[in-house]
Amino acid sequence: MLIDILISACLVISGIFGLVGSFGLIKLPDPMMRLHAPTKATTLGVGGALIASMLYFYFVVGNFSFHELMITLFLFLTAPITGHFIAKTHLHLLHKPADLPPTGTARPWASYESDAERQRIEAEQAAENPRA
Amino acid sequence: MIEYALYFAFACFGLGLLMNIYRVISAPAVGDRILALDTMVVNAIALLALYGIHKGTTVYFEASMIIAMTGFISTVSYTRFLLRGDIIE
Repeated sequence: MLIDILISACLVISGIFGLVGSFGLIKLPDPMMRLHAPTKATTLGVGGALIASMLYFYFVVGNFSFHELMITLFLFLTAPITGHFIAKTHLHLLHKPADLPPTGTARPWASYESDAERQRIEAEQAAENPRA
Repeated sequence: MIEYALYFAFACFGLGLLMNIYRVISAPAVGDRILALDTMVVNAIALLALYGIHKGTTVYFEASMIIAMTGFISTVSYTRFLLRGDIIE
């Protein structure tokens, strides 16, 4: 009985989080804000569904499976990477380098620096302090 | 009780999937479209996990694992293409 309540709570919470994540994708006004909703809320939602599945197969059916853990781990590892890449795409397509806040150094933000410029600056730094 | 919670979760993720399709069709910028497609992949994985509970089999986990990998690779390659104009440099 207790395990039924636990599985049902996991399922309901995961459903609400998944719905909130997908709704935020429509509702929020700014592209960077819209990045927020799916990468956090929906990841938590799918994590809840997979935990409910793991509990169900262990306690109700009676065989433990590692697949859910693998899928959860994979999703939790890849969600920040995709979020980072989509944020970079937003930066490049919607903002000009002059609009961004200053970096505090002579170099621009990393994604705007060209390969030749980066190699030149890194060679200069290596020449200045050879031990580092 | 698990049945009703399962139906509720099915409804939530299905509605989320419909919202994502709407966002893919009417996206203000191309970054939003990529984000909506990535969220669709995550919602599809959740639906497959729920369907596995509903049917009582673990067969669907391999499918959701493959969908997770394909979704990650496709999102990264799409954004790489927009950032650099090339996928493998």
